[in-house]
Amino acid sequence: MRDMKMRAQFKDGITEVKALISHPMETGRRKNAFEETIPAHFIQLLTATVNDKIVLEAQWGTGVSKNPYLTFYLRDAKVDDTVRITWHDNRGESGTGEVVVTQG
Amino acid sequence: MPRRGFLRVAVGAGAALLMLPLQALAALWNRAAFEATTRDAAVQGLEVKSETPSQEIEIVAPDFAENGAVVQVEVRSRIAGTEAIAILADKNPNPLIANFMFSNGAEPSVVTRIKMAETSNLQVIVKVGDQYYSASKKVEVSLSGC
Repeated sequence: MRDMKMRAQFKDGITEVKALISHPMETGRRKNAFEETIPAHFIQLLTATVNDKIVLEAQWGTGVSKNPYLTFYLRDAKVDDTVRITWHDNRGESGTGEVVVTQG
Repeated sequence: MPRRGFLRVAVGAGAALLMLPLQALAALWNRAAFEATTRDAAVQGLEVKSETPSQEIEIVAPDFAENGAVVQVEVRSRIAGTEAIAILADKNPNPLIANFMFSNGAEPSVVTRIKMAETSNLQVIVKVGDQYYSASKKVEVSLSGC
């Protein structure tokens, strides 16, 4: 499975979630050294949950940078809640990462 | 169709469905909007009929981006009832970059990194019920990231 780095910190009533996903995010327009087109390979759907309740659903195109970075903020999450991020790409691959909210 | 063939197809389809969580099935990728090659077609794909410019949408992005492959963008909506934030770069080959939908106490705010093909307007469209609000910011790009 592809690597995902996550952090979730509760501070002043808000939980800040940061995620760094390892993914090539190929547009399908780049060429390799042999002038062959590198096929598109990018994340299309991403879902974030807190204790299995959906908080964020994203749809992405090829314009998100390689190794996507994401920060979002939660009003109702508490210390020890579990934040999980799941993604699906255009090739049917998927990945999941999870982290427990800590006091910031 | 021979019975065994049918069973194999049925099992295959079932397995494919199981691999996707229910929430992903509900929010299937908006192909029309993401594969659009003009800003207007992308916005149409998002079913936005008209947008009202708003000062309540904050975009933090560099005025000048050295490398268009990685442009960090922070977007925050202060409009009550914000459900979704879409990010577009007018002159990208596919202008729609991302659409974020918030629920259950998620603040209508994201930070992410995007690719920009050339100097253009970065546009944000915020969905509030059936109303849409927008804001934009020009980013100068020296090295294309697309």
